[in-house]
Amino acid sequence: MKLKAFGLALLLFALAALFPMPGGAVLPDEVLDDPALEARARELSREIRCLVCQNESIDSSNAELARDLRILVRERLTAGDSDQQVLDYLVARYGDYVLLRPPVKPATYLLWFGPALLLLLGGAAVVRYFRPRRGNPPAAAAPLSDHERTRLKALLEKSATRDSPDRERLS
Amino acid sequence: MAETVTSNRAFFLLPALIFAVIVGYFLWGLNPARDPSRVPSALVDKPVPAFDLAPLEGTGKPGLQTADLSDGQATLVNFFASWCLPCRAEHPLLMRLAEEERVRLVAINYKDETADAVQWLSSLGDPYARIGVDRSGRTAIDWGVSGVPETFVIDGEGRIRYQHIGPIHPQQLEDTILPLVESLAR
Repeated sequence: MKLKAFGLALLLFALAALFPMPGGAVLPDEVLDDPALEARARELSREIRCLVCQNESIDSSNAELARDLRILVRERLTAGDSDQQVLDYLVARYGDYVLLRPPVKPATYLLWFGPALLLLLGGAAVVRYFRPRRGNPPAAAAPLSDHERTRLKALLEKSATRDSPDRERLS
Repeated sequence: MAETVTSNRAFFLLPALIFAVIVGYFLWGLNPARDPSRVPSALVDKPVPAFDLAPLEGTGKPGLQTADLSDGQATLVNFFASWCLPCRAEHPLLMRLAEEERVRLVAINYKDETADAVQWLSSLGDPYARIGVDRSGRTAIDWGVSGVPETFVIDGEGRIRYQHIGPIHPQQLEDTILPLVESLAR
């Protein structure tokens, strides 16, 4: 019984280790009273780049500026802004760079669709590489001339009359 | 038959082509003049954001607001803080700029203590015509500032024409900032 409980605990621990929760840098004094609004703020903060430690979101960065931006996001949400309005507000000041998920527009088409394009090109190359071996060589061969035909016939008859084919002459 | 031969030949060029692309990418990525941490400016050619900042007590200089930047004269707006080391490195250049009177220079004091800022200016010199105090850092966010020092070139109509991130190097002042200011004065 004890062993079973231990096994269960171990399993739960392993499961928990599989899904790590990113620890936010949100300080207690920043948290909003309204849990729904706070959840939206957290969600939104994960989309916004900290401009000091540039590959972190403001949700996970403990830089001063990230804290200021977190507070700003919460203020705008409390004031009734939609998520998009908050993002637009920041993009107007810091540009698309402030978004961790770049928007889809002509300048970023290569970024968004490049991998699919490469996959397509690679797929086409693979198909091209494997196809000629199957169909082409026999189809491309010229028909036998009359001389070849008579010779082939003679050879076939000869091998039919003998037990083993004439390897020397065939090769 | 002839067609497959030519397409095979093009196929042999493919590794060379891929190599060329990689070399191009390395040349771009390893270029010492490229700064990967540079934040691109979004506010260039946009009007200065609306703000109204109180003066720095103890300096006798007036504060700074949006209207001060659209009186027909080009202005440099410098964000600084007494706790910021690169600002200290940049300071002698700003002092020289003020002495030469080639451009009007104003400041926004970013997230600083009044006493520290006053002490800093009295010991190093005060090159600024106006100083606005941005204690919360909210005005800096409206300007798209990501750290101090940053310096903006504002034209006579109050539009942002250039954003310089980090301390100004003398070369950058002579090559980029001052020529821009002079072109705006004309």
